[in-house]
Amino acid sequence: MTSLLMIVVTTALINNVVLSQFLGICSFLGVSKRIKTSASLGGAVIFVITLSSAVASLLYDFVLVPLNLTYLKTIVFILVIAALVQVVEMFLKKSSPAIYKALGIYLPLITTNCAVLGVALTNVQDGYNFIESVLAGFGTAVGFTIAIILLAGIRERIDEKAVPAPFRGAPIVLLCAALMAIAFMGFSGLAV
Amino acid sequence: MQGIIIATLVVAVIGLIIGIALVAAGKTFHVETDERVDRVRENLPGNNCGACGYAGCDAVADAIVRGEAPVDACPVNSQEAVKKISTVMGVKSVEIVKKVAFVRCAGDCDSTSEKCNYVGINDCRAAALAGISIWECDYGCYGFGSCVSVCDYDAIHVKNGVAIVDKEKCMGCGKCAAACPRKLIELIPEGKKVAVRCSNHDRGPDVKKVCSAGCIGCKVCMKQCEHEAIQVEGNLAHIDYEKCVGCEKCAEKCVAKIITEL
Repeated sequence: MTSLLMIVVTTALINNVVLSQFLGICSFLGVSKRIKTSASLGGAVIFVITLSSAVASLLYDFVLVPLNLTYLKTIVFILVIAALVQVVEMFLKKSSPAIYKALGIYLPLITTNCAVLGVALTNVQDGYNFIESVLAGFGTAVGFTIAIILLAGIRERIDEKAVPAPFRGAPIVLLCAALMAIAFMGFSGLAV
Repeated sequence: MQGIIIATLVVAVIGLIIGIALVAAGKTFHVETDERVDRVRENLPGNNCGACGYAGCDAVADAIVRGEAPVDACPVNSQEAVKKISTVMGVKSVEIVKKVAFVRCAGDCDSTSEKCNYVGINDCRAAALAGISIWECDYGCYGFGSCVSVCDYDAIHVKNGVAIVDKEKCMGCGKCAAACPRKLIELIPEGKKVAVRCSNHDRGPDVKKVCSAGCIGCKVCMKQCEHEAIQVEGNLAHIDYEKCVGCEKCAEKCVAKIITEL
């Protein structure tokens, strides 16, 4: 039980997917202008990554390993994730238009989020079983959500400040992200 | 060799299963939509600028089909596209007049000067909220570019302290006009030749003191105009575009040179 909890804490905080593994930077910088939109993206990411790590783990353990084809994991995972996002989108459109509208463009955007593929690949690399993979996926996605909401909060405040001209726009955002990454290094003390 | 075949087969089979699953899912989760929505949507610009007041082109297409919005709800649409939408909806087409935005201020850094040293938020609306007038003229363009930030077409820019519209790029959506806290931006029917580049309502001598490019309300333009298209109200010339024929006599005689070509 403790080890399972540790997986969530590790993936969410200590090995934060954005701030210490530098995955999913594009959406991290692109969709962090407003807290509301970044929270929507975070919700969609939690949903998709948890689901895709589950499916990827099953596929790896029951198809690729028995057939001795583990080197195909990258291409197979890409296929599965893209299809999964499609199905999830169709399902949401049919069953709950409200959630579908709230997530909007962010759901298809996740297909190209390298964090999703990254998690699936890291899981098999670390030799996680099904439960561990799902938890690792969930933790990673929560970590991503925490990071992007924090950055959005900072950016909303920066918008109201007189930033020196050379730093306006992308530079100040990158600096903030760098400082956040340094701050998140503090969590490495939690590692056992 | 065998390895390659097995690998290809496995990926192909996985792809096939996923494909079949997607088709099945597409059928199961198919949502019935009004096909008119798609056809109306095809005739909208697709920039999702939001000038119509709806969340985007998809939303306004939906509203047009449901009859909540008129066929010309999109302010930047062409006459041709409006005709097509009318055909889809089975209603009579309406004439639309394309408009371009125009900034009624010529008070750049050379013609007027700064009254105070403003260090607040770099946004016209913020400065206006604080009740601050940065330039000597209390009517003119702040020059922080609130209009620039809302423009989806890269058609308005601040040059030398005053916003200028690039009429080639302007689609006439009117978002800049709504953003300007001093209501300096007017939508003028496309093809009109002249416009008054000032919004100062003060008396002539007072205008002269604060800006060298301001309307002094001398009424020369009013006397020149043979079509009664220009009225000077509150010490400021105003052109009625319903009556203006574009003879440009007013622009020729304008003492302050603030009636200019668009």
